[in-house]
Amino acid sequence: MAPLTTRALKALKSALPWALAGLVIAMWVYDRFAAPFAFGRESGAGLWSFSLEMAAFLPAMFVLVGLFDVWVPRSVVERHVGRDSGPLAILWMVLLGTLQAGPLYGAFPVAVALWRKGTAPRNVFIYLGAFSALKIPMLTFEVAFLGWQFSLVRTAVTLPVFVLLAYLLERLLPADVSIPEAQLNEANQQR
Amino acid sequence: MEALLAITAIAVIASLVADRRKTLAGVRRGLRMFIGLLPTLVAVLAAVSLLMAAVRPATLERLLGGGGPLPFVAALFVGSIALIPGFIAFPLAGLLKDHGASTAVLAAFITTLLMVGVVTLPIEMRFFGRRIAIWRNLLAFAGAVVVAVVMTLILR
Repeated sequence: MAPLTTRALKALKSALPWALAGLVIAMWVYDRFAAPFAFGRESGAGLWSFSLEMAAFLPAMFVLVGLFDVWVPRSVVERHVGRDSGPLAILWMVLLGTLQAGPLYGAFPVAVALWRKGTAPRNVFIYLGAFSALKIPMLTFEVAFLGWQFSLVRTAVTLPVFVLLAYLLERLLPADVSIPEAQLNEANQQR
Repeated sequence: MEALLAITAIAVIASLVADRRKTLAGVRRGLRMFIGLLPTLVAVLAAVSLLMAAVRPATLERLLGGGGPLPFVAALFVGSIALIPGFIAFPLAGLLKDHGASTAVLAAFITTLLMVGVVTLPIEMRFFGRRIAIWRNLLAFAGAVVVAVVMTLILR
């Protein structure tokens, strides 16, 4: 049995997300039914739109990741984008990243699945770079509001920068670097 | 987004036809990961909605408008911290442009916004661990500064 303070801290930590969300909802309810309260209205509207955005695509993304996990053999991933893969891997990762939509945290499960199947760290980081900076659905928005010139130059400058950074980051990490398995382990225990 | 849902639906059906048990195992594994992440996700999204309600667009305009190095630096930090969906961020950037924000400031704001995620760090750490998440964001910040400076030189 862990000491009381550790247990209290842990309980506090696991209650925090729901407390924060509860606070936002409570302020929204206050604005709606008690007295006008702009801060409550706006944070409530923000939470609502974020939740919708999340609910719309995250579960689907995770299901795809799960299917990828059971169907795609490790050897295939390793051959194309593994440690010993050539520069063609960059093209695959950029294509994979740019064709998706949604916020960056939706790319993390995909990145982790790729990593676990033997993708080289640099290629995982290239995927994250492409996803965060060069999503094609987003570029159309950018062109509309900031002009094609801005968009074109940003894309052309950003692409080599994040590829370089990915190689640099792989160098910075120890060769046998691993990522936490907490995500799956914790869920396994809840079964 | 519709495309993603369609692709997922097709993948699940194709997978079911090929192998029922394998499909169920995969879907269960994916959903379990999602549920494991949910608390962190809820905390970040609630915190961000509080933060966004606290900062008004007018404040941003005042902070990022005008000349000199200060708006550029401010744009780097605002962009790094903020979590703004693209469909709000680009109209906002367009608004800043109309109000006289320079190319340098816009480039700094957009590149850090896209590449650096300070508020989503807790989520990133859950997936990649503390060290990789922090290093990735530090390097992305440095990269965003380089991109913004180069863009400014080209678009001058």
